[in-house]
Amino acid sequence: MKPSQKIKRKVNQGIWMVLLRLSILISLLFLIVFLVMIIAKGGKVLSLSFLLQSPKDGMTAGGIFPAILGTLYLVILSIIFALPLGVFAAIYLSEYAKAGHFVNIIRTAINTLAGVPSIVFGLFGLAVFVNMFQFGVSVLSGSLTLAILILPIIINASEEAIKTVPDSFRQAAYALGATKRQTITKVVIPTALPNILTGAIISVGRAAGETAPILFTAATFYTRKLPTSIMDEVMALPYHIYALMTEGTAPKQQVPIAYGTSVVLLLLVLSVNLIAIVIRYRMRKRKKW
Amino acid sequence: MKFKESAFKYIALFAALCSVIFLFGIIVSIFKEGYPIFKIYGVIKFLFTTSWHPTHDEPTFGIAALIIGSFVVTIGSLIVAIPLGVGSAIFLSEIAGFKTRELLKPFVELLAGIPSVIYGLFGMAFLAPFVMRLFNLSTGLNAFTTSIILGIMVVPIIASISEDAISSIPKELREASYALGANKWETIYKVILPAAKSGIIASIILGFGRAIGETMLVLMVAGGSAIIPKTIFSPVRPMTAAIAAEMGETVVGSEHYHALFGIAIVLFILTFASNLITESVKRKVMREHNL
Repeated sequence: MKPSQKIKRKVNQGIWMVLLRLSILISLLFLIVFLVMIIAKGGKVLSLSFLLQSPKDGMTAGGIFPAILGTLYLVILSIIFALPLGVFAAIYLSEYAKAGHFVNIIRTAINTLAGVPSIVFGLFGLAVFVNMFQFGVSVLSGSLTLAILILPIIINASEEAIKTVPDSFRQAAYALGATKRQTITKVVIPTALPNILTGAIISVGRAAGETAPILFTAATFYTRKLPTSIMDEVMALPYHIYALMTEGTAPKQQVPIAYGTSVVLLLLVLSVNLIAIVIRYRMRKRKKW
Repeated sequence: MKFKESAFKYIALFAALCSVIFLFGIIVSIFKEGYPIFKIYGVIKFLFTTSWHPTHDEPTFGIAALIIGSFVVTIGSLIVAIPLGVGSAIFLSEIAGFKTRELLKPFVELLAGIPSVIYGLFGMAFLAPFVMRLFNLSTGLNAFTTSIILGIMVVPIIASISEDAISSIPKELREASYALGANKWETIYKVILPAAKSGIIASIILGFGRAIGETMLVLMVAGGSAIIPKTIFSPVRPMTAAIAAEMGETVVGSEHYHALFGIAIVLFILTFASNLITESVKRKVMREHNL
């Protein structure tokens, strides 16, 4: 090999190594600027009264308590709908189903559902829950829509969790005379539970942050009364951010409130995800099989 | 006992079938509500004319400009996200040490969970004014600003799936390449990337699906004008933004209402197709690795 060629290869490698490092640095830098901006601007308006008061003076002052409450209602109800359904679906797929066309159809449906744009879920919720079932714009319609949106996440996470339970556990249960159902409910699910919960927690974060599915099914910019039943329309954190930025007449006062609301939503979503990561990490360390 | 056993099994079967039922329900409902616009207005006219004036006295429902708007911001975002995402993935799996990787991977996962409405707020309140001043434009809410933020949002998706694809390449391939005298970059470029090609393509298609279906961010940042953009700095109105912005004002059962569901059909078909491609690529990857 000629020395000039050797140098060329070295230089080429050097340039590309710099570019690869740069690609992750740029991504991280942008994201850090993004997070710092949101937290710095929103942190200024954050206070206990911001969290616990209702909006005042046509959305230009006061707090976001109704939006926090609305998001909690939507998230809790959608998890109540989606978690049992998702876990049972995962049990079927991993414990009962035999490979073949039938299972392929189910899996394709789950994967397709996971890729449907969130606004299309919103239209579906509008056409079916709001109009056809006459649930109106309500917590019920919104959380049913969100439940379908997070179902694929829960199924996939639960199935992964169930798969990590070693077969020897099942064989031990059978050897003790347990039936298949007993093996699943007494051995497989309890063993997989922490990982199933991780999936549920991640989907909580997803449901809390989604705006498009609740635009026409649950959310309202402003309501005087706090929700008293699941048939009420509610304020919600992500929708509140959008509405503050695009509606209303006093952007000067509204934008800081939008930043404050973003920090609350961001902390909610990030802490929920962080909990999931920590649980997974600790499980991996504790696992002895 | 026996009854309980089979009841349990059938409950599980029903739960699994629910996904099929819901998907079917989504397809039926958007086609049922969207079909009338094809009948009234004609499929060709709906898809290929550019005049979108749904609230005029003589309304027109041509969505070509909306489709172009969607593609402009999606392709723009991929131009940002592919080099950053794939580059980050290569860095994480081939260059970073164990500790850096263990630290950055959860961070990337965490970022993938940030709600898009917060990206939208950032775009509207911070990046758009910045872009406006930098390029001396009349508005910063345009396809360019949208592409950048949307791209940043898609980076974690492309990075995490590409990283999985690259790390699953057997060590022997790398060792063989080094044994032949290749240096690190030559190994990455000539051995790793070709071997991980399918997985990387899958990640890009998934990123495409996510970007074209994204609603809140484009609704807030893209500017909202339903005309074919002249430059990358023109405001656009992607399909998702049109649905989100206009559905609240339509009367159930009106032509406009049906037209918005018609847009949802187009969106659904696009994301469904990109999903099927991702699936088949993934299956191909699995076959390749079983060799």
